[in-house]
Amino acid sequence: MNGYCFTFSNITLTALGSGALFWPAQKLLCVSDLHLGKSERRARIGDAVLPPYETRDTLSRLEHDLRTTKATTVICLGDSFDDLAAATALPEPERLWIAQLQAGRKWIWIEGNHDPGPVDLGGTHLTRLQILPLIFQHIADPAEKGELSGHYHPKLTLSTRGRSVTRKVFLVDKDRVILPAYGTYTGGLRSNSAMLQSLMQADTLAILTGPVPRPVPMPR
Amino acid sequence: MSLLPPNFSEWFAARGWSVHPHQLEMLVRASDATLLLIAPTGGGKTLAGFLPTLVDLATHRRNTDGIHTLYISPLKALAADIKRNLRTPVEELGLPIRIEDRTGDTPANRKKRQRADPPHILLTTPESLALLTSYEDAPRMFSGLQRVVIDEIHALAESKRGDQLMLALSRLQAMCPNLRRVGLSATVEDPAAIANYLACHPDLCEILMADPGPDPDIAMLETDEPPPWSGGGAAYAIPSVLDEIRQHNTTLIFHNTRAQAEIFFHNLWLANTDSLPIGIHHGSLDRIQRERVEGAMQRGELRAIVCTGSLDLGIDWGDVDLVIQIGAPKNVKRLVQRIGRANHRYNAPSKALLVPANRFEVVECLAALQAVKEHDLDGDPRGPGPRDVLCQHILIRACAGPFDADELYAEIITSGAYAELERTHFDDCLEFCATGGYALRAYDQWQRLIQRPDCKWQLRDPRATQLIRMNIGTIQDSDKLKVRLKRSRGGKPLGEVEEGFAASLTPGDTFLIGGQIVRYEGLREMTVEVSRDRGRKPKVAVFSGTKFATSTQLSHRILRLFALDNWPNLPDHTRDWLHLQTQMSQLPQEGRLLIESFPHDGREHTVIYGFAGRNAQQSLGLIISKRMEELDLDPLGFVSTDYATMIWGLEPLTDAAPLFTPDAMRQGLDSWLTGNTMMKRTFRASATIAGLITRNTPQARKSGRQAAFSSDILYDTLAKYDPDHLLLQITREEAMRGLIDFGRIEEMITRIRGRIDLRRLPRVTPLAAPLFLEAGRTPVDGAAPERLLAEETERLMQAAGLVN
Repeated sequence: MNGYCFTFSNITLTALGSGALFWPAQKLLCVSDLHLGKSERRARIGDAVLPPYETRDTLSRLEHDLRTTKATTVICLGDSFDDLAAATALPEPERLWIAQLQAGRKWIWIEGNHDPGPVDLGGTHLTRLQILPLIFQHIADPAEKGELSGHYHPKLTLSTRGRSVTRKVFLVDKDRVILPAYGTYTGGLRSNSAMLQSLMQADTLAILTGPVPRPVPMPR
Repeated sequence: MSLLPPNFSEWFAARGWSVHPHQLEMLVRASDATLLLIAPTGGGKTLAGFLPTLVDLATHRRNTDGIHTLYISPLKALAADIKRNLRTPVEELGLPIRIEDRTGDTPANRKKRQRADPPHILLTTPESLALLTSYEDAPRMFSGLQRVVIDEIHALAESKRGDQLMLALSRLQAMCPNLRRVGLSATVEDPAAIANYLACHPDLCEILMADPGPDPDIAMLETDEPPPWSGGGAAYAIPSVLDEIRQHNTTLIFHNTRAQAEIFFHNLWLANTDSLPIGIHHGSLDRIQRERVEGAMQRGELRAIVCTGSLDLGIDWGDVDLVIQIGAPKNVKRLVQRIGRANHRYNAPSKALLVPANRFEVVECLAALQAVKEHDLDGDPRGPGPRDVLCQHILIRACAGPFDADELYAEIITSGAYAELERTHFDDCLEFCATGGYALRAYDQWQRLIQRPDCKWQLRDPRATQLIRMNIGTIQDSDKLKVRLKRSRGGKPLGEVEEGFAASLTPGDTFLIGGQIVRYEGLREMTVEVSRDRGRKPKVAVFSGTKFATSTQLSHRILRLFALDNWPNLPDHTRDWLHLQTQMSQLPQEGRLLIESFPHDGREHTVIYGFAGRNAQQSLGLIISKRMEELDLDPLGFVSTDYATMIWGLEPLTDAAPLFTPDAMRQGLDSWLTGNTMMKRTFRASATIAGLITRNTPQARKSGRQAAFSSDILYDTLAKYDPDHLLLQITREEAMRGLIDFGRIEEMITRIRGRIDLRRLPRVTPLAAPLFLEAGRTPVDGAAPERLLAEETERLMQAAGLVN
């Protein structure tokens, strides 16, 4: 498995190159900000029409991660759907696909600002979830410790010899992990933005996603 | 002479004009079903095309009052110009003839009136004609149509616009079986191919060849300063060019790209101490500005115009007595047509000067000069008509009402480009229009046709006509943003820039447009807002325009020139340069492939002298760099010109054989190119033409980036779930020419047949040096960037004291 292992709240976690986070001891896979149905919502609210394929792309990457990690628990960390209507409007083949992925697994939908309510797909719906010593919720709370969240879609640009490379990143400090957006064609917030800078502590590590996940100190 | 009515003869005589033999011959053969006239620039082609119409309308009473003659030109401006020129004889002869033009610029109320009460002569463009045939009342509008005149057919026949036009003509011919077709063409290398294109198959098309006129007076411009090693600006030649402008009445200065024209114009103005009136004209300038320059030109107010291909065609420029071509001409046929712009008088030699922009182009210009002297024109056969245009034609047909598939197929195969179209291929296109294809069958938006109980096909939703009509056309100029001066109520429009270029700007950046330096202020909706700036060093706009690839024939001539002993006819500076190259390495030869490999500036470089033209060299760069990736040579990027591709990376190339096995290369087209951006661009163009992607919607126009975004997703999806989808088949067909131009890579492979000279050298060679200054570098995404990223992340971790 292509991943970068780190210790957080005395737990060993693996950041995968795809942007998913794996907790080996629990066989738990956590993904954030899938934004399924994004094209459907854009069309509905009158934005430029995109062909409805990003859902399939996101699901096929998720399927791949589930197969390689053999995870038995899946936590979707909020904004799994671009909005609640998008979840309802999901076409039948995609609904079946999600049902297949859920078969034989514990599946938890954490609610996010885009999808603040239950959806009629299998799995459990929660606003937040605690599996000691960790807590899972969509938006980071500066007061929490041992917290895993998403929401900000962090990314980072590095300039190597004459080439600059932008990647989605995990941000990790001693109290929290912020996951990158897992969904296809979700934008990103640069990790040097004021919001992320104030949220994360001085010694934050950024783990770049990509063929091989690599850590760098988060630029200040 | 009896064919020309007396009042016409008198009118010609009164103006001191004599009728050219080929103009009379056109009158003699007025009843030919199809006729192609080939005449040099300035040979009075347009009048030759119209004379039979004017005579017929002047001497015969007609029962109907509808359109008698349809005139089609590739340029809106040309249609407007012809309208002006034709009105003069019509008014002075007092002929009862109404002439109107109809293009994208015609106001909607006039268009509506034209459909209800059509003029005798309608001047239009291929797109506007296609739109006209999409209306239910088209048969009524064209009921009296006798003749159709296609101007500059040699230019149309090179593009999908011509294919669309010929399909529209097949529709017209079905409505008016006695319609006569006339094509007007400049000098071309293969008149029979154009005649075949124009013919209504299975009937043939006759060719009428006008006297080609005297040979042009053409030479290379002599300058005190030698041209630089590289670059396309030709700034060194400015003083000599100004001298020439002073010595002539009006000079046209042609450039190969819009960006080069802008830079040259800017430099010319800085050096123009006598304030000679000089203008600039290219396709990215705002229409009003272009019209102003055209007007000044026709009134003889300008001494010179810096221009691009936008002045290649048609419009009569009055008193031009010198044509200057800056940069290598790339294509001999186009050069000859450009030269013809000078001395727009029949039977007088045209005068032209070639200005090489760099030392390599000196060789190229010499090769072109020899080709012009030997009347050796170039051109590649175009192959069968593209099927994306066919899909659009089917949708246009559906707009006009229910149709029978057998009848439509029978019409289509009367067009030269589609004469060999197999029924199964037509059925595939029909199926695509009806359902969108297997992978897309679940989506309503692509289910457009249904078959009725009587077996005819019709639109599933009649409202779809609006969307189809809004997206008629095959020109892919859509990734442009308008540039305006920033002001409170909509500032003055200046022109257009590429969307990608606009995205690279940050407020405060400067660039050149229309000869002035402007400062980027911001992007508002689909408009780039700028202010005037007097900064010295502008960033230059990346106008896409068209980057022509050097023709196969011209490339061969250059290689043959290289083979000559001590290169007679070449200036000393260029000869010295070639001598230096033979001392350090060797010159490329016909029938062999030279590859140089050398270290420079901490990177390994490989230069492949394929002489296959810019587009094919670019594709070669993609394929070879991918191959090098597999051989662990860690390529980082490449850059291509018309004659060579340079790839740089982390490891040296020591054995070229594994890169060039013909089978591997052919295999590579499918697997290696599938994911690349040029393939996606090719797909986007075809998908837009075929109606899979709609750029224009009643709500808004999609920006290029939005369209690219959605077409890339579609492409990946089809490649994954439906690799035999019609549009992927079309994309592969298109890959053989155009942007990918795999046809020329195959030509190169057959030409060299495995004879590769790999030279491992200690440093940069004279022939390779200019490549380092070439713009348009393409990065390679492979192991090398990952390797660099690994280095950089490790360095940052170390610096922070966080070693893994």
